[in-house]
Amino acid sequence: MAGFLQQVINGLSLGSIYALIALGYTMVYGIIQLINFAHGDILMVGAYIGFFAVVYLKLNIWWAFIIAMAGASLLGVIIERVAYKPLRNAPRLAALITAIGMSLLLENGGLMILGTDIRSYPVGTITNKQLPLSFLGIQLTATTLQLLILAVTVVMMIILQYIVHYTWTGKAMRAVSYDRDAARLMGINVDETISVTFALGSAFAAVAGILLGLYYNTIQPLMGIMPGLKAFVAAVIGGIGLIPGAMLGGFALGVFETMVSGYWSSKMRDPIVFILLILILLLKPAGLLGRNNTEKV
Amino acid sequence: MLLLKVENLNVYYGAIHALKGITLEVNEGEIVTLIGANGAGKSTTLKTISGLLRPQSGTITYNGEVINGLPAQAIVKKGISHVPEGRRIFPNLTVMENLELGAYLHRSREGMKKSIQEVFRRFPRLRERQKQMAGTLSGGEQQMLAIGRALMSRPKLLLLDEPSMGLAPILVQEIFNIIKEINEQGTTILLVEQNANMALSVAHRGYVLETGRITLTGSAAELISSEDVKKAYLGG
Repeated sequence: MAGFLQQVINGLSLGSIYALIALGYTMVYGIIQLINFAHGDILMVGAYIGFFAVVYLKLNIWWAFIIAMAGASLLGVIIERVAYKPLRNAPRLAALITAIGMSLLLENGGLMILGTDIRSYPVGTITNKQLPLSFLGIQLTATTLQLLILAVTVVMMIILQYIVHYTWTGKAMRAVSYDRDAARLMGINVDETISVTFALGSAFAAVAGILLGLYYNTIQPLMGIMPGLKAFVAAVIGGIGLIPGAMLGGFALGVFETMVSGYWSSKMRDPIVFILLILILLLKPAGLLGRNNTEKV
Repeated sequence: MLLLKVENLNVYYGAIHALKGITLEVNEGEIVTLIGANGAGKSTTLKTISGLLRPQSGTITYNGEVINGLPAQAIVKKGISHVPEGRRIFPNLTVMENLELGAYLHRSREGMKKSIQEVFRRFPRLRERQKQMAGTLSGGEQQMLAIGRALMSRPKLLLLDEPSMGLAPILVQEIFNIIKEINEQGTTILLVEQNANMALSVAHRGYVLETGRITLTGSAAELISSEDVKKAYLGG
């Protein structure tokens, strides 16, 4: 039992990083029906911006988060304007291939500029201690980093829910995602709203990137690939395009993955995750929270 | 006073020539109707006026200002509100959120409250259902919501596309009474309808559209008694 609960704790912290990444995928999908395969690489850029802020500008980790979010947002908006906007009325496959191209560009550009060195955040960027926890008399441990990851994720999710449901920007985002032309007739600037969505999603990716860098204690130019794919699976599990789905899918996938490594084999972890993707697509393609909307005539 | 003037408008969908040199006028305070069969170009005309489509050539002048080529959001701001065909409400947003979005460009708290109260007075059923998801409304209620949402921006010119589509006859009558009332309170209306009888009963003037061209124009009374219109659209 203690072992199981310990895996849940580990799974939730990993899962919250997946959830942060998955939110970006799902927001972008919701608004322009594009799987932005460059999303994981924006995460990598965010992790590096945070790294440089800490190492060269000697800023603390909170400033690093803020600068990384700003930088990644700008990158996300530029990518959308340059690569995706011209294809908005093209077949969806064209935009998808462009997204894969953008991903390769960022990865190889990263390798070219940053080299293949593996870097890590300096020791002491955050204080990381083991904390003893007791749950119904069972002794468990969590690290302060795990708690930080969970707390940052929860705060980010609350901020996102607030933006989406209670601000004009959020209302505009929802309107554009349901019906772009009707949104234009309300006076909503669709291009601006899509830019804001990319900015938000990329900011979330940057936070996830720094958290991943701290969690695995490494950053490198290809670090976004696997977490990006995992978060894509998480978004599909929850129901692509649905914000609560991305959150649920992220946490669920994190816990599931940790269980597979813990009780079976860490070698089986990745294959099982992608088998899960295939099963979801076969059995419940709309995801756990998705349903098929019928149109009223 | 002339409010809207469309001159020699040509619109294409790819290779399809949808509007072939349309010219029409709407005076302030009027209800003008565009009638015609499916595919005649009625909706295309409205979409081009509201900026969803761009004309190949021709001009649209509103209030003395050329507006073709402006983005849709700029045209709403100038006071033209478009209720699109099929209502196009946001089904997963509440009735209240739909109405608020209608006032996206006019977000002052007091102004919005006042507009919402006016919409609720006109459509009491929307008040009862304000917290419901718009997709759960009946067809008639959705049409009321679509019109209410368009009125939230306090338009001078309201473009209505097939407001009677898919509604029971009693509801059609109700919707048309409301259209008349909105007009009597000072909003100019350009109304597109397949239900020519109904449209001509509330309109002052009308244009008949056939495959992208205007073939006939006149006062509503003239059109109702015209043999051509009777034969083609009034089942007589």
